[in-house]
Amino acid sequence: MTAVELGMPTVASDPHGHLRGTESFPRAAHRALADTQLRRNLGHATRTIRAKRAAVVGEVDDWEELRRAGESLKADTMARLPELLVQLEEQVTGRGGTVHWARDAEEANRIVVDLVRGTGADEVVKVKSMATQETGLNEALEAAGVAAFETDLAELIVQLSHDRPSHFLVPAIHRNRAEIREIFLREMPGVDPSLTDEPRRLAMAARAHLRRKFLTARVGISGVNFAVAETGTLSVVESEGNGRMCLTLPDTLITVMGVEKVVPTWRDLEVFLQLLPRSSTGERMNPYTSTWTGVTPGDGPQTFHLVLLDNGRSNVLASPDGRQALHCIRCSACLNVCPVYERTGGHAYGSIYPGPIGAVLSPQLTGISGPDDVNASLPYASSLCGACFDACPVRIDIPHLLVQQRAAAVAAHTRPTGQDLTMQAAAIAMTTPGRFKLAEKALGLGRVLAGRKGRITGLPWPMSGWTNARDLPAPPAETFRQWWERTHS
Amino acid sequence: MRIAVVATCLGDAMFPQAPIATVQLLERLGHQVVFPADQTCCGQMHVNTGYLDAALPVVRHHVEVFGRALDDGVDAIVAPSGSCVGCVRHQHAMVARRAGDEGLARAAEEGAARTYELSELLVDVLGVTDVGAYYPHRVTYHPTCHSLRMLRVADKPLQLLRNVRGLQLVELPEAEVCCGFGGTFAVKNAETSTAMLADKMANVLSSRAEVCTAGDSSCLMHIGGGLSRLRSGVRTVHLAEILASTDRDSAVPASTDIVFEEASR
Repeated sequence: MTAVELGMPTVASDPHGHLRGTESFPRAAHRALADTQLRRNLGHATRTIRAKRAAVVGEVDDWEELRRAGESLKADTMARLPELLVQLEEQVTGRGGTVHWARDAEEANRIVVDLVRGTGADEVVKVKSMATQETGLNEALEAAGVAAFETDLAELIVQLSHDRPSHFLVPAIHRNRAEIREIFLREMPGVDPSLTDEPRRLAMAARAHLRRKFLTARVGISGVNFAVAETGTLSVVESEGNGRMCLTLPDTLITVMGVEKVVPTWRDLEVFLQLLPRSSTGERMNPYTSTWTGVTPGDGPQTFHLVLLDNGRSNVLASPDGRQALHCIRCSACLNVCPVYERTGGHAYGSIYPGPIGAVLSPQLTGISGPDDVNASLPYASSLCGACFDACPVRIDIPHLLVQQRAAAVAAHTRPTGQDLTMQAAAIAMTTPGRFKLAEKALGLGRVLAGRKGRITGLPWPMSGWTNARDLPAPPAETFRQWWERTHS
Repeated sequence: MRIAVVATCLGDAMFPQAPIATVQLLERLGHQVVFPADQTCCGQMHVNTGYLDAALPVVRHHVEVFGRALDDGVDAIVAPSGSCVGCVRHQHAMVARRAGDEGLARAAEEGAARTYELSELLVDVLGVTDVGAYYPHRVTYHPTCHSLRMLRVADKPLQLLRNVRGLQLVELPEAEVCCGFGGTFAVKNAETSTAMLADKMANVLSSRAEVCTAGDSSCLMHIGGGLSRLRSGVRTVHLAEILASTDRDSAVPASTDIVFEEASR
């Protein structure tokens, strides 16, 4: 609170919030890969979700048509985003809500903090929301003397353990139930000391803890899955019902949404409410779908604010190809099928948006500031295996975007790197057949390196990255070209 | 049919047994194979590492070399690599358009429409699934990501393998998961790449196969490099080598040479 009175910013100095970590992906991954508990937890969880998703997607005959419909709806939405947002604003305002526009995370947090303060409340309950994780709203509220209580079970686990989410849908995917029990015993006020790690017992403990907050909080804060421009209706999709408590019990509801969450018409939900649950939790239908439109006298929150968050989205929209990343409906199917995510977990990506979609979204939202920007390492955190595209319910061509963002990372090199020089030299050799033959001859010297072992087991940096774990065969005595000349001319 | 072979830079310089087998197989099937000698590389490494500007002349060179081959009456172009064909088919025109060279983009598309990965050429173009091969070994097949998800070759390689006499085909568990190669990913994110390789190797070993095959020398270099480091007793052999093998002329992979050589010393 003191910080605010001194006129200091209420969040970390980066106005983008939590879209950039502090170290490059390979460095962060180094630690994650060595964490056996994390590897085991993630391997088990992603394997389970993958199987569930495959089963329920497989039973929909027109799944590919649904994906194409989702893709088209999103492309249409992005093509006329400004007019749809104005329409949304008119509809929400016309039905008793108030709309605020925030250019970045800092401004969004300031708006929300001021609104909460205006109510005089010093506690808020929160529905799981990626947008407010992105802006670092909880930290901003805390700095302003307001306690924010996460009510999604997994989000609660993350908050109680002073951790950060590592997955869109399952923020505590990196934790197993034994760890969750320990977190509850350590951090949850008034918890039964005989708590076991039985899932039901853990859920009941969380329920008892949360119910007190639901009944006392005067302000609820939520994100949004879909915002219907034609009616001003907002929608949150969830599994636990805790979101619905937050959306209906408090007097004041403040909703923060990324501007890309708008859909043109109510009818479009038909497509997305089929695509989302099957892709995310692997369910045919999610248990709770809440919708609300402005304010209804005598029913639910009597004050409603909608904060529209840009935070770099206009920049993404300006890129004809890159804007596809805004089509994301945060189902997390791409995370669950990604072999890189499965082994490194979400924290290795630094940004609150991990996995394949995070690797193309985060660097676009923040921009790549130079060769040392940690977000420049994100597009390289992929083997380009393409599993993400196949799983994406709105057909975002993530592999193509990864290549495009790699090009953006290369373009941000302010001085030539060793990699730049290697690539340029290779390009020269590859466009001059004579030089290419010479280069092949030089490669033949590798036979000396291989020596009597017949295999190369150690090379200097950066190729040591290869030989630390993998042999290379000795180059052949005869290249294909030489064989062809010998046998075919 | 007159068929131009793309040796691929890696195949030409490091794993000639794959393009050699491709040539021998197609000639055995009665086709005329040509090798446009000015070819170098498709540019995949540049494109996939983000060097789209540097890739442009490499792409142009490839398009021109094989464009001339088509002008000279070649009916089809084949590469024993799913990822190189993936680059030709899905990235060449993109690189050209990005640079504003619409002429090159169109030429690239024309070339790409006639360029096939080996199993596509055999099954789709030549209409053959039994190539008359003989390969008496226990083999498991790894579907490489780009052949599977970029080219959608589906089970074409398996159709070919099932018709190889003497070959015992065993299923690879979790076959469709990436082996972790990913081009420069294997070096830039070496540890993550290795973690993925560990799981791929565990699955290969659990299949109790003697040979792991695939349609891409690069993925095989990765899987084989790991299997060799562990002295696992499993070798990697390109699909083309298996299909080129007959009871008269069996393809002996270079990696076996090495092991024998070493043992005999």
